Amino acid sequence: MAEQMTGAEMVIQALTDQGVEHIFGYPGGAALPIYDAMFQQDKVQHILVRHEQGATHMAEGYARSTGRPGVVLVTSGPGATNAVTGLTDALMDSIPLICITAQVPTTLIGSDAFQECDTVGITRSCTKYNYLVKRVEDLPRIMHEAFLIATTGRPGPVVIDIPKDVQFALGEYYQPDLDTLRHQSYRPQMDGDSAAIEAAVDLMLKAERPIFYTGGGVINAGPEASKHLRELAELTGFPVTSTLMGLGAFPASNPQWMGMLGMHGTYEANLAMHDCDVMINIGARFDDRITGRIDAFSPNSRKIHVDIDPSSINKVVRVDVPIIGDCERVLAEMVRVWRSRTNQPRTEAIAPWWKQIEKWRAVDSLGYKNSDTTIKPQYAIERLYEATRKQGKEVFITTEVGQHQMWAAQHFHFDKPNHWMTSGGLGTMGYGLPAAVGVQVAHPDALVIDIAGEASVQMTMQEMSTAVQYRLPIKIFILNNERMGMVRQWQDLLHGSRYAHSYSESLPDFVKLAEAYGGKGIRCESPAELDAAIAEMLDYDGPVLFDVIVEKDENCLPMIPSGKPHNEIILPDTANIGDIIDEKGRQLV
Amino acid sequence: MNAHLQPTGSAYFLTKETQEIERHTLSVLVDNEPGILARVVGLFSARGYNIESLTVSETEHGRRLSRITVVVIATPKTLTQIKLQLERLVPVHKVHDLTAEGASLERELALIKVAGSGDHRAETLRLADAFRAQIVDASVESFVFEVTGKPAKIDSFIALMQPLGLVEVVRTGLAAISRGPQGM
Ligand SMILES: Cc1ncc(C[n+]2csc(CCOP(=O)(O)OP(=O)(O)O)c2C)c(N)n1
Ligand SMILES: [Mg+2]
Repeated sequence: MAEQMTGAEMVIQALTDQGVEHIFGYPGGAALPIYDAMFQQDKVQHILVRHEQGATHMAEGYARSTGRPGVVLVTSGPGATNAVTGLTDALMDSIPLICITAQVPTTLIGSDAFQECDTVGITRSCTKYNYLVKRVEDLPRIMHEAFLIATTGRPGPVVIDIPKDVQFALGEYYQPDLDTLRHQSYRPQMDGDSAAIEAAVDLMLKAERPIFYTGGGVINAGPEASKHLRELAELTGFPVTSTLMGLGAFPASNPQWMGMLGMHGTYEANLAMHDCDVMINIGARFDDRITGRIDAFSPNSRKIHVDIDPSSINKVVRVDVPIIGDCERVLAEMVRVWRSRTNQPRTEAIAPWWKQIEKWRAVDSLGYKNSDTTIKPQYAIERLYEATRKQGKEVFITTEVGQHQMWAAQHFHFDKPNHWMTSGGLGTMGYGLPAAVGVQVAHPDALVIDIAGEASVQMTMQEMSTAVQYRLPIKIFILNNERMGMVRQWQDLLHGSRYAHSYSESLPDFVKLAEAYGGKGIRCESPAELDAAIAEMLDYDGPVLFDVIVEKDENCLPMIPSGKPHNEIILPDTANIGDIIDEKGRQLV
Repeated sequence: MNAHLQPTGSAYFLTKETQEIERHTLSVLVDNEPGILARVVGLFSARGYNIESLTVSETEHGRRLSRITVVVIATPKTLTQIKLQLERLVPVHKVHDLTAEGASLERELALIKVAGSGDHRAETLRLADAFRAQIVDASVESFVFEVTGKPAKIDSFIALMQPLGLVEVVRTGLAAISRGPQGM
């Protein structure tokens, strides 16, 4: 039954009908009717942020940890432009977001009105789709279609720009029948082609040096996809590696796990990628951090690529068996077809391959020299990991961007999907703290930790205030090297150790800062005191800024240097890394 | 297996294109909604694809569908990407590569203004007749011709008018359709 209401009320009604419980937002003139409608209900809870970028990352953390879309509400003009970084981040990492932006009244659009900006123009290239709602009659359909588009196919952010007069206008609310009303052109392909899946299994059945290379697509396809992946790995006996975005889809505690691959991936994962004869890419996109030099990328393998986005296939690397479809469905089919062909893993046929992998593993590429006097960043993460295992709580990790992010990926281990939130594609410093807030909103009883760098965390530090306001006990674990460590590392490797502006000078006193926000601050400088300090952080029922003073000049290794193939990876014991990269490599990003 | 890709000294993995570039005509069926042209054009600029010609107009009023005809110059690999990237856009229904799909018809319309007197005028009219150009405006010292045909025919007509007092030209860009009974 159609019901009369204002556009603003329709927004809230549609959110309620979509099952939305939380929305991250910040008010302003053009958004006031929606805020007013929100004030008069209690189904959707609003989390007031401190900066709209924070709202977008919170929604990303919320979405990635729950599998449900994150919802953002911002005002026109600066509210919308502040959201752009998070929208771009969500587009790059395929995170479902709905971002409602208020707009000046339709009569003022184009007049350079106060707080007017061309939101649909600005966000066209950083959203999966966007709408400017010009008539209140269209609003119910658009609201519901936006959820459909954000969450299906390759997920992504959708912006709905709603002028203030449309928010005030009266109209009929209805729940549209999207089968007939939506864009008929939007039809993501879910089921993989069965002939292609059979061809893939045939290749796998003949493989002698196989590897599963999995990505964020497995996570996005839902927890069932991870289950099927585990099953397929068990059935086949093949080794499994994953991209940064895919961590947790396959349990790190499983002996078939090889660690992360790519620029800072393990020696065994990267060498196995280079030497394999059959590569099974499931929901990853041959990103440049993974492939390294493309002409030398896995030169002798036949490649299978499962992706829901047809444009990802053959974009970077030519593959032999492309399969377009949802990872969950394709993996389930692969399991079924494999079972119909054999009831044996290929244990014997791939035994020499595993032997080789064990040799690479023995190199211990994540090893580092520990110290009694300074806290090594890797050690800090190891101790954090150990301590969290004893908590008996669900543990969610978010990160900022830099060395600490890579160390977290290397030394914190994930056994479940949706427990690791990081900015992979865009590499957005400032992602982790707000993302942790979003995760904690969705999982109030869980332990949520942002593994941070002292530079990154200052980009969205103000969301500490949001955490305090909503009693969200997030833990911000700052690996403080007083450096933009990753930048320093590249300057070390590529620019003759000329450290141009990569210092974090005049840092705030993080302990006092935490206290100023109304949280708790802890500092630790000595390895001997680290465990006790971590315990203190975990025991505190409230937000904590934990300032871990770590070794300043540690490089993050292993590393595949620019312009080098996988098998020329730099290991931790390599002496002079500055000499490894040639003139050509220096020009690369 | 990646032997056709040569390394370059540019970005981390980007490879120099070793394939030959080709010129293809794509026909794109889209919902006629605000911003659709900006979406398509924005995609081309964001991903660095080259557009040689682009025309757009509503073709099925009832279903609010428009047809965009776009001529691109790219390597076969990039052409595939262009097609797939276009198909990713929510309001895009179909993308057909008319050049790859075989026989298609391509037409363009041009309005051409020529000014002159005496012998030049007679010669202009003779050539216009040979090209089946229609006179759509005439004054004692000028003509406006309407020419329809393949772009190459229009190119040569314009070239011939050059010495005869060509003033200005406006062209519609390409409209293209496949031969035979099948639609898009
Ligand atoms: C918004 C943004 N600006 C700049 C960069 C480039 N960048 C990448 S890592 C990094 C340094 C990060 O320093 P910190 O947070 O202290 O982490 P560390 O590497 O020291 O662990 C910078 C500046 C970025 N990724 N994001
Ligand atoms: Mg740092």
